[in-house]
Amino acid sequence: MDQILLQILNGLDKGSAYALIALGLTLIFGTLGVVNFAHGALFMIGAFCAVTLQKILSISSIVLDPTKTDFLGNPAKVRTPYVETWFGPEMGASIIDWSVPLAILFSIPVMIAVGYTMERGLIKHFYKRPHADQILVTFGLAIVLQEIVKQFYGANPIPTGAPEAFRGSYDFGVLLGFKANAIIYPYWRIIYFAFSLVIIGAVFAFLRFTTFGMVVRAGMADRETVGLLGINIDKRFTIMFGIAAAVAGVAGVMYAPINSPNYHMGMDFLVLSFVVVVVGGMGSLPGAVLAGFLLGILESFASMNEIKQFLPGIDQIIIYLTAIVILLVRPRGLMGKRGVMEE
Amino acid sequence: MLGLNKRDTSFLLIVIALTAFTPFLMQPFAEGTAMAQFNGGYPDLMQRVAIFGIFAIGFNILFGLTGYLSFGHAAFLGVGSYSAVWMFKLLSMNIIPGIILAVIMSGIFALLIGWISLRRSGIYFSILTLAFAQMSYNLAYSVLTPLTNGETGLQIRPNDPRILDGANAAEYTNLFGLQMSSSYKLELGSHLFTFNVGFYVCALIAIIAFYISLRIFRSPFGLMLRAVKSNQQRMSYTGLNPRPYTLAAFVISGMYAGLAGGLLASMDPLAGAERMQWTVGGEVVIMTILGGAGTLLGPVLGAGAIKYLENIFSKINETVLHGWFSFLPDGAEDFVVGVLSVFTGKGWHLTLGLLFMLVVTFLPGGLVEGGKRIGRLFKRKPKDDGDDAEHHPKQAPHVAE
Repeated sequence: MDQILLQILNGLDKGSAYALIALGLTLIFGTLGVVNFAHGALFMIGAFCAVTLQKILSISSIVLDPTKTDFLGNPAKVRTPYVETWFGPEMGASIIDWSVPLAILFSIPVMIAVGYTMERGLIKHFYKRPHADQILVTFGLAIVLQEIVKQFYGANPIPTGAPEAFRGSYDFGVLLGFKANAIIYPYWRIIYFAFSLVIIGAVFAFLRFTTFGMVVRAGMADRETVGLLGINIDKRFTIMFGIAAAVAGVAGVMYAPINSPNYHMGMDFLVLSFVVVVVGGMGSLPGAVLAGFLLGILESFASMNEIKQFLPGIDQIIIYLTAIVILLVRPRGLMGKRGVMEE
Repeated sequence: MLGLNKRDTSFLLIVIALTAFTPFLMQPFAEGTAMAQFNGGYPDLMQRVAIFGIFAIGFNILFGLTGYLSFGHAAFLGVGSYSAVWMFKLLSMNIIPGIILAVIMSGIFALLIGWISLRRSGIYFSILTLAFAQMSYNLAYSVLTPLTNGETGLQIRPNDPRILDGANAAEYTNLFGLQMSSSYKLELGSHLFTFNVGFYVCALIAIIAFYISLRIFRSPFGLMLRAVKSNQQRMSYTGLNPRPYTLAAFVISGMYAGLAGGLLASMDPLAGAERMQWTVGGEVVIMTILGGAGTLLGPVLGAGAIKYLENIFSKINETVLHGWFSFLPDGAEDFVVGVLSVFTGKGWHLTLGLLFMLVVTFLPGGLVEGGKRIGRLFKRKPKDDGDDAEHHPKQAPHVAE
């Protein structure tokens, strides 16, 4: 029992990342009808927003301290980050410590700008072109974005820590009445899960309860009619693209402490999140979220030793296998709507 | 000749001539001059151009004719490589059995994957092939280690059985004793040309592959595949089931990929799982699109252009750039070198991505269409589109209508 619970928990954080990326992909697909292969790159850019903010915050003034010497006998350099000189040492240190959560605020405008530019500058010209062309051009864009990031940050993963307060783990087992040390789970992953629920809830609420969201939903259902009613639907869809980019971006920011960002993390997540979207059903937002969590949990169950013993290697392929089976059995995906992308 | 009309025969002859003279064409600059680093006429690069040409020709039969975009062809490349290396280990270092098994195994794989994936089309098909490719990659990397030797990659060892080879047979890949890596060097004045056995084996096979693809393009079968691309529904209404045709195209292109994989292993007898990663499949997509999908010559041109540029661009590092721009004032030199070094050397993938985006956006027909456009600029009297032989063969039998 405790094992099962542990695996579910383990699956949740990966599932949250899948769900957030798949949500953004589906938003873009549902509104603009574009298959965005560059979405993984947006996730990666988000993660590098966290890296950038951390680097900016720790820009330091260097003062030579003649009273101490380093191992070569030269006067030691004392680095004091500017934030510490401005806000006092304690406040400054905690600002640096909290750089990842702060990066969310930093990344949202950045990601919306990136998304807006991408849509206006490139993807706009591809609405009338076949899906294959959209896939190809966004695939090219993904390569370009990832190479640009590589130019600036190098090819190695950059560790980006969570705030000190969230670095430990929590013993869940005790809380639920199991033995001690049975279910130990890092704080940050719980936060990631909660955070993803908040974001998903916010996106759904935005679409459900605001006038803007209502118009967007109407546009998703029938773009032409909404346009005929005198509403500039294209502009709203562009904003939705920005929002989808921001969702992918904050997913990346929060993922940075779990997995040190490297330039190809986007590509790694891209394939999986496409599988998630297809399993959930193209164009269905709840489907994308559900499939994201489902596949995340499935993956962590498959990596249990008990299962690996009689099905070796199943953890490597379970997601793809599930996707293939679902596509063949339920061609529309778990919650796909009739008439969306059915060729 | 060979069942081709006059125009295609001359086309094929030109291709044969181009391939045969590749060692000259790719070595245009004299040794010892500043331009010598742009020479591409060394065996490894020429072999790769021919092999990836085969890969792209095969991919084009699927994507160019039927419009099904597969991201999973790397899996077949990998299967081909692994089968060939196993043949080198078990039977003989002669490349013939290896290549034959590579083609057969990848054909079987393609039949299996195609049979499942082709139930869906469009984006779903792309995702399914992507999923299969990643699955094969992950399996080759982990569970199938006894077969694939996992991370290290499959290699030949001195104590492998090699039943067909004698006790003191050659330790290198060969074709009836002709060593793949042996070359004949010809010095003409200050030019140095290398004629490599391996390249000519690849080139010969590439020409045969090209000829087969030419026949497929001109056949009623090819016409059916084009019908799948232009309007599948109408094709079904005329009473034709598109599935067998697309499946056949998928298997053929899978076998081409396996052949390419087998040849890769023949030139350099090791096979690793990286060959199966979906980004390799993405590379062949880029080659085909860059050259011109749906045209005969396009994929070969694309493969050649990308492999050549990859080698050249990777060589241009900052030292080389500083050498070029040393005539500029210091500040300007550093600036120009700084900008250019982003795109060269290790930044080659950035250039490739940008190039690819530009081609997809502005030149959907690829290099072939670009060439045609330039040709049209110089033509006095623009003809109508009827002379576009590759898209509209004149005596097209209208089977589907």
